[in-house]
Amino acid sequence: MAEEMKKKEEYVLECHGISKAFGGTQALKDVELLVRAGEVHALLGENGAGKSTLMKCIIGLHQQDEGTIQFEGKPYAVKGPVEALNAGISMIHQELNPEPHLSIAETIFLKREDTRGILLNKKAQNERAEEILRKFDFPHSAKTLMKELTLAQMQMVEIIKAVSCNARLIIMDEPTSSLDSEETEHLFRTIRDLKAKGVAIIYISHRMEEIFQICDHVSVFRDGTYVGERSMEGVTRDELISMMVGRKVENVFPKTDCEIGDVVFKVEGLTGKGFENISFEVRKGEILGISGLVGSGRSETMRGIFGMDPITGGKLYLEGKEIKIKKPSQAIKQGICMVNEDRKNFGLALHRSIRENMALPTLPLKQKAPLLNKKQEEKDCLDMGKLLTLKAASIEHEAFSLSGGNQQKVVLAKWLLANPKVLILDEPTRGVDVGAKSEIHSLMCQFAAKGMAVIMISSELPEVMGMSDRILIYHEGKINGEVKREEILSGDEDQESILRRAFGGK
Amino acid sequence: MAKKEEKVLGMDREKFRMFMGKYGIGVILLIMMVFISIMEPAFRSGSNMVNVATQVSINAMIAYGMCLAITTEGIDLSVGAQLALVSCILGQLISNKGWGIIPAIVVAILVSTAWGTINGFLISKFNMFPFVVTLSTQLIIRGLAQVVSGGQAIPITDATFKQIYSAKLGPIPFPILVLILATILMYLVLHWTKFGRYVFAVGDNMQAAIASGVSIIKTKTATYAISGFLAGVAGVIFTAKTASAQSNIGVGYETDAVAACVLGGTSFAGGVTTVPGVLMGIFIIGFIYNGMNLIGIDSYYQSMTKGAVIIGAVLLDMVMNKKNS
Ligand SMILES: Nc1ncnc2c1ncn2[C@@H]1O[C@H](COP(=O)(O)OP(=O)(O)OP(=O)(O)O)[C@@H](O)[C@H]1O
Ligand SMILES: [Mg+2]
Repeated sequence: MAEEMKKKEEYVLECHGISKAFGGTQALKDVELLVRAGEVHALLGENGAGKSTLMKCIIGLHQQDEGTIQFEGKPYAVKGPVEALNAGISMIHQELNPEPHLSIAETIFLKREDTRGILLNKKAQNERAEEILRKFDFPHSAKTLMKELTLAQMQMVEIIKAVSCNARLIIMDEPTSSLDSEETEHLFRTIRDLKAKGVAIIYISHRMEEIFQICDHVSVFRDGTYVGERSMEGVTRDELISMMVGRKVENVFPKTDCEIGDVVFKVEGLTGKGFENISFEVRKGEILGISGLVGSGRSETMRGIFGMDPITGGKLYLEGKEIKIKKPSQAIKQGICMVNEDRKNFGLALHRSIRENMALPTLPLKQKAPLLNKKQEEKDCLDMGKLLTLKAASIEHEAFSLSGGNQQKVVLAKWLLANPKVLILDEPTRGVDVGAKSEIHSLMCQFAAKGMAVIMISSELPEVMGMSDRILIYHEGKINGEVKREEILSGDEDQESILRRAFGGK
Repeated sequence: MAKKEEKVLGMDREKFRMFMGKYGIGVILLIMMVFISIMEPAFRSGSNMVNVATQVSINAMIAYGMCLAITTEGIDLSVGAQLALVSCILGQLISNKGWGIIPAIVVAILVSTAWGTINGFLISKFNMFPFVVTLSTQLIIRGLAQVVSGGQAIPITDATFKQIYSAKLGPIPFPILVLILATILMYLVLHWTKFGRYVFAVGDNMQAAIASGVSIIKTKTATYAISGFLAGVAGVIFTAKTASAQSNIGVGYETDAVAACVLGGTSFAGGVTTVPGVLMGIFIIGFIYNGMNLIGIDSYYQSMTKGAVIIGAVLLDMVMNKKNS
């Protein structure tokens, strides 16, 4: 009896036998999750394994079909996030959903506003927000509107919001997928502080290094079922991966060296908001990696090239001829395509089907007849889905019903189908699981081998270093150095030297 | 908190929900028809059905244009005034100027299409709110109608012109043929053409559509041009029905069109609509008028019923399609 009592106390959160189905899709089957007080508990599983679904059941966004949840030893049932917060659980969502017209302060205190009687106490609220932001070295004032922030900054606000409400359990669903190494380090410091205060954290990520760095225990899911729990001490990376995928993933960065041809695309003195005097070229068959801190102008440059933001100076050359790009349609027509890092705002029409999303950019190219050739389209989509190991019940399902990583695959698919001359990838494997990541990487090599020029921005250093023929390093809107693959292979350049340049060093 | 699947009408709860989400509007339509038939058996007769279908053809044209506009996250409030302008142009050209019927119709529909194009261009090029743009052009268009007609009702006595409403192919009146044709065309346009895909993409996520190379200006301008064209067709049928050109007709017609769209599952958030759904919405509105007339209920109550049915249908839709965001 006493034994049992003790066991009970040990866990802050106990989920037993949770099942959840969406229509015909069984997202969770009889899963368990036990989280101890003051620990960081990792959840690991492939895309679509059911991690986010379980978390949404915990904070009441979904109601499980079966199973019980206990929080701090007491039965726990909530109808929504506000109730969950009152009970002591907050969550950072995988898919950000900011209200663009709210200020940072308003976002942080949404649904728990500072009031004086029935009136909002804006001043006090702003002051409190400023104070919290300062603790995080956040570069904007609390009055800044959400729509002015970058994706990474929105993510930081989301994190700040979740940790500032004194929850005793914080769920973090891929909090770092759009952060760079510095911001990630900041988050980890925060996590350690929270841990010291006895707060429990559930941490979901596809980045294994992070899990080894920060977590105490890990629970692994596969296809909606619970595989098991391990202590991080004494478990190996390979063991976790094989628990997760049910097989071994051989090579994480399957870079093949392919023949590098002529210069396809050249940029000269490109200038715009957030970047200045950028010049580089990329060749047929080459993968050009772009590294640097978030906000260093990497994404801004690419958005400028693709015609999404205005550029104020500089020239673009495609296959030796100067080209002008004022909007994305012109870029696409000339064979330059871009996977945007922000899949929710610039990537997907969430209420439309997977098929419609995948086919959209290539409609003018592939559909010449007055009526759509849906047979051919279906074949293209299914083939591409298979190549990317897309997990979906059918291509007619709406995009929002997919898990985060699978949504990312749909975005990739829509641009790979366009088979461009130059493919710009901004964080191409954001939120994608280890297995699929290596599939995507080998796909990148295949396309490069066929003569495509690939430009890849990534905040994940191992990814840029493992995949690129050449790496450009950005610092504060300028290119601060270039590293070749040979230099990395020979050990002349390493993670540290690249980071040093990203911070402005030589 | 453990919740076993409840059964509803012999279906899993989740299945029932999906079924109602998809076909709920059809179920409402059927229930209404059964209900009215019981109250008034004359409702069921073939001739009454033909009658309803003929009457709804005018609202149907407008509703199809409206559903395009709403799907791109807009609205077209100018349709009622377009009806009046088309009517006045027809009256002026046919009765006063002695034009032939075909050229007069062509000119009238060209004018309404041009106004639709202007609406779309203002909305897309200058990023103005569709509500504001069409609310304003509606005033201009109605004013123009008054200018064209000189403020007088112009009778159109040409018998061939009146045939547009009353001519029959076998048992089927001409307006029903137009309705069938328009339905088929709309279905093809929305679900089988690039333009349809663009309409959905722009309505669901405009930024993503731009980033995929879709032209917002072309898509939205075409959307409102089609709405103007269809309002023109509706105006021709309407004028043939009344055999008189008046500048004060069509007031409030946008309401019935919006109602049909909403009943048919068109989302004001954009990006979601189906042609079969809107067609059923059109018939529900038609049956409310027809059924209540047959049963002998006062027209005040018709309007109230319409409002209540719309709110009920939308609520039902929200419960059935409860989105777990
Ligand atoms: N609202 C929904 N409607 C229908 N199916 C859904 C819905 N939400 C999730 N699913 C399905 O449930 C399964 C589990 O999805 P979930 O989002 O939990 O995966 P995940 O483990 O978080 O994956 P990822 O690593 O990609 O984020 C997937 O097959 C997904 O398609
Ligand atoms: Mg997820």
